[in-house]
Amino acid sequence: MSEPLRHSDGPLLRVERLSLALPEGADRLYAVDNVSYDLSASEILCIVGESGSGKSMTANAIMGLLPTGVHASNGRALFDGQDLLTMNEISHRALRGRRIGMIFQEPMTALNPLMRVGEQIAEVFEAHGLLTARARKEKALALLEEVRLPNPQAALRAYPFELSGGQRQRVMIAMALALEPELLIADEPTTALDVTTQAQILHLVKDLQQRHGMAVMFITHDFGVVAEIADRVCVMREGKIVEMGSAREVLDNPQHDYTRALIEAIPGDAVPPSRSETQEKPLLSVKGLDKVYRSSGGWFQPKREVVALDAIDFTLDKGETLGVVGESGSGKSTLGRCIVGLNTPDNGEIRLNGIDLRALAGRELREHRRRIQMVFQDPYASLNPRIRVGMAIAQGPIANGVTKAEAMQQARDLLATVGLDASAAERYPHEFSGGQRQRIGIARALALNPELIVADEAVSALDVSIQAQVLKLLDDLKQELDLSLLFITHDLRVAAQICDRLIVMQKGKIVEHGSARQIFLSPQHPYTCELLAAIPGRAPHAAPAEVAAGAV
Amino acid sequence: MSFFKRFAQNRGALVGLVILGLVVLLAICAPFLYPDSPWRMVQRPFLAPGEVAGFPLGTDTMGRDVAAGLAHGAWVSLLIGLISTVVALAIGVPLGALAGYFGGRIDDALMRFTEFFQTIPNFALAIVLVAIMEPTTFSIVLAIAIVSWPPVARLVRGEFLSIKHREYVEAARLVGQTHRDIIIKQILPNTMSPVIVLASLMVATAILLESSLSFLGLGDPDTMSWGYMIGAARTVMRQAWWLSVIPGVAILLTVLALNLVGEGLDDALNPQLARAR
Repeated sequence: MSEPLRHSDGPLLRVERLSLALPEGADRLYAVDNVSYDLSASEILCIVGESGSGKSMTANAIMGLLPTGVHASNGRALFDGQDLLTMNEISHRALRGRRIGMIFQEPMTALNPLMRVGEQIAEVFEAHGLLTARARKEKALALLEEVRLPNPQAALRAYPFELSGGQRQRVMIAMALALEPELLIADEPTTALDVTTQAQILHLVKDLQQRHGMAVMFITHDFGVVAEIADRVCVMREGKIVEMGSAREVLDNPQHDYTRALIEAIPGDAVPPSRSETQEKPLLSVKGLDKVYRSSGGWFQPKREVVALDAIDFTLDKGETLGVVGESGSGKSTLGRCIVGLNTPDNGEIRLNGIDLRALAGRELREHRRRIQMVFQDPYASLNPRIRVGMAIAQGPIANGVTKAEAMQQARDLLATVGLDASAAERYPHEFSGGQRQRIGIARALALNPELIVADEAVSALDVSIQAQVLKLLDDLKQELDLSLLFITHDLRVAAQICDRLIVMQKGKIVEHGSARQIFLSPQHPYTCELLAAIPGRAPHAAPAEVAAGAV
Repeated sequence: MSFFKRFAQNRGALVGLVILGLVVLLAICAPFLYPDSPWRMVQRPFLAPGEVAGFPLGTDTMGRDVAAGLAHGAWVSLLIGLISTVVALAIGVPLGALAGYFGGRIDDALMRFTEFFQTIPNFALAIVLVAIMEPTTFSIVLAIAIVSWPPVARLVRGEFLSIKHREYVEAARLVGQTHRDIIIKQILPNTMSPVIVLASLMVATAILLESSLSFLGLGDPDTMSWGYMIGAARTVMRQAWWLSVIPGVAILLTVLALNLVGEGLDDALNPQLARAR
C-alpha cells in the first residue's frame, strides 16, 4: 500500500465553526450550528445524537450531499488542508471515493438492485478511470475476501437481493474501501441490522480501520456502539456539540446532563431486576402453534415454504410482561400477529381465559378479539394520516356500539392517560412526533379495555430517550389497568427493561424461555449466549458468570 | 402550506385554471349571450371572422353564427366531460376497491372483467355503443363512461393493494371495524389524491372522445358541439379554414387547461413529490 500523498500536516479533517442553514420555515435556523472538530488519521470519531440532532448533516456537507435548501452559511471543512465547502464539483468528485469513502445506513437501497455485486465494485475503479477491466475484477474479488464475505467468487456474480442485510453491508464496505480512502464516513451503518450481524460489522470496521490506518467518522445514535469502537466521541443535540472527548472519558465520566441521560437510557450491562412472579392462572395459553408461509410458485419457480412458527407453546399470566426476543426472520412478529388474529395459524390453539379463540367465529370472536389489542412498530404508518387523532382512538368503541359522543369523551380521557393534552384529539397525526404518535397508538389500543396488549417492536423506531419514556408509560399503564403485555422485540436491552419473563426465538422455534433475570445471567442455549454477547457496549468484563457474582 | 398555495406554486396550473374558468364562464353565459338556438341561420354563409359586424368569428357553411356555436358547444363539451367522468368513477372506484381489498377470487373475477373492456380499443367500442343506442347526449355519456372506467379500477385496486397492509388498516381490523367501514373510512380517503388527478385528465379525454364522435357524425343531432362544428367544416377546409380551426383551438385550449390543472392537483396533493422536482 502506497502512503497517500498528504499536502499538509495536522489533522486529516478539520471542521471549523461550521454552520449549515436550513431553509426558511424549518423548526430551527441551523441544522448544524457552529460546530468544530478534528479527526486525525487512524482514529475513530463517533458522532452521537438522536434523530434531528444534525449528526448526519456534517457528513453530508463533507461529501457534498447536502439536501436542496440546506447550505453552509459559515465555517470551513478542511480535508487535508483543502476546504471541501468551497471546492468546485470536479475536484470534489476526484476526492469522493478515492480519498473519502462512505457507507450508508440502508444497504438494500444503497446498492443498485439490477447490477451484479462484482460490477458495482468494479464501477468504483471505472469512475476514477483506474485499472483494466480484468484487474478491476481481480481487485473486486480481493476486496470481497477482505470484508470476509463467505464464498466471494459466488458473491461477485450475485445480485444484491440474493445477499442478506449483513452481507450487503459488507459489499458496501468493500466498495467504500476499494480505493483505500484516508477517511471513511459511516452513517448509521449497523442500524438496520440484527444484533449479531451488527457485532460482526463493527468488528470488521474496527479491524479494517486498524489495518489500513484510516480515519473513520462513525455516525450513530447508539452509545452501545460507541463503547464498542470509538476512540473519540462527539455528542450532538439540536445542531450543537454538547460534549466531546475520548471515548473512555465520555462514557465513564459524562459531563453534560444530556450525555448522561443518553448513556443511562441504555443500560450497558443490561441485567433485569428480579421481579416477583405472579401466581395466577394463565391469561393466555398457546399450544402447538404452527405457521408455514407458502408462495405458490410460478411456471418456472419452485414452490417456496418458510416455516415461521414451529410448535410454539407458552403461557402468559395475568399482569405479566412476557418478552419475545429474536432476530429478523425468527417468527416473533408472526407469533404476535397470530395471537391478535391478523394471521391465521395452520395448527394449534390460542386460549384466552381458557377459551379457544380459533374455535370461535362471528360475533363471539369479535367480542373476544377486543380483549387483545396491538401496539404497532412504526408510529408513522400506524395512524391514518387523514383521520383526526380523537377519531382514530374512538373508532374502536364506535365499531363496538358505543355512541360517538361518549367514545370521543373517552378518547380525550385516554389521551390524558398516555400523557398527551386532551386537545390533541382535534389534530391530525402528522402534527405529532414519533414518540407522541406511539402514545396515541397506545391510547388506541387501550380504548377497548383490553386484557392483553401485544406490542410488536413498539419502541424500536424511537430515539433512546423517548424509548425509555414510552417503556415507562407501558409499564405504568400495565400496573394501573391490570394489563398483561406480550412484548416483541429484537433488542435485548429493551427487553431487559420491561419484561418479567422472556422467550428466545430462532427460526420459528422457541430455543429458550425463563425469567428475564435467569436468561440474562445464565443463558443455556448457545444462540441466547450469542445474542447476549452481541449486545453492543456490553463491557467485556461483564461475562455472565461475573455479572451474576457482582449483582448479588 | 395550504392546498391552494401548493397548487399555485405550479405556474402552468394557474394558467390552466384561468383558461378553464374562462371556458366555464363562456358555457354559463352562452344562453344570455346567444339566447337564440345556435342552429339558426342568421347571415350569409362563409363569412370570415370580422367581415360583418356582430359576427366576430364569422358564419359557417349554412350561415350559422360560429361564436354562438362555440359558446353553446362549450356547455355541451364540459357537461359531457364531467358527467361521463363521474359515471366512470362510479363504476371504476367500487370495482377497484372491492378487487384490491378482498383479493383472491374476487380480484381475479373483477380484473378479468376489467381486462375484457381494456382489450377492445376505446374509440371503436365507443362508436359501436353509440351506434347501437342511437346518438343522444345520454348514450354518448354512457359510451364514454363505459370505455374510460377500466384505468380507474386498475388505479384504485393498486392503491388498495398497497394500503390494505398498512398498520392503521390492521389496527382498524383489530378494533373490529367492519369491512365496509374499513374500505370507506380508512382506505378510500387515502387513495383519493391519484384518483382526483386521473379524473381531471379523464375529463379532458372525454371531451376529446365526444368531439371525435361528433366529428364522425355520431353526436347528438340536437346539440351543437365543438366536434360537430369541426366535422361539418371539414369539407370546406380550403375555402374556410377558420371553421375547423376555431373550434379546434377551443378543444385544444380546454384539454390543455385540464391537463395543466391535473398536474397542479398532482403537485398539491403529493407535496413530497412536488418538492423533489
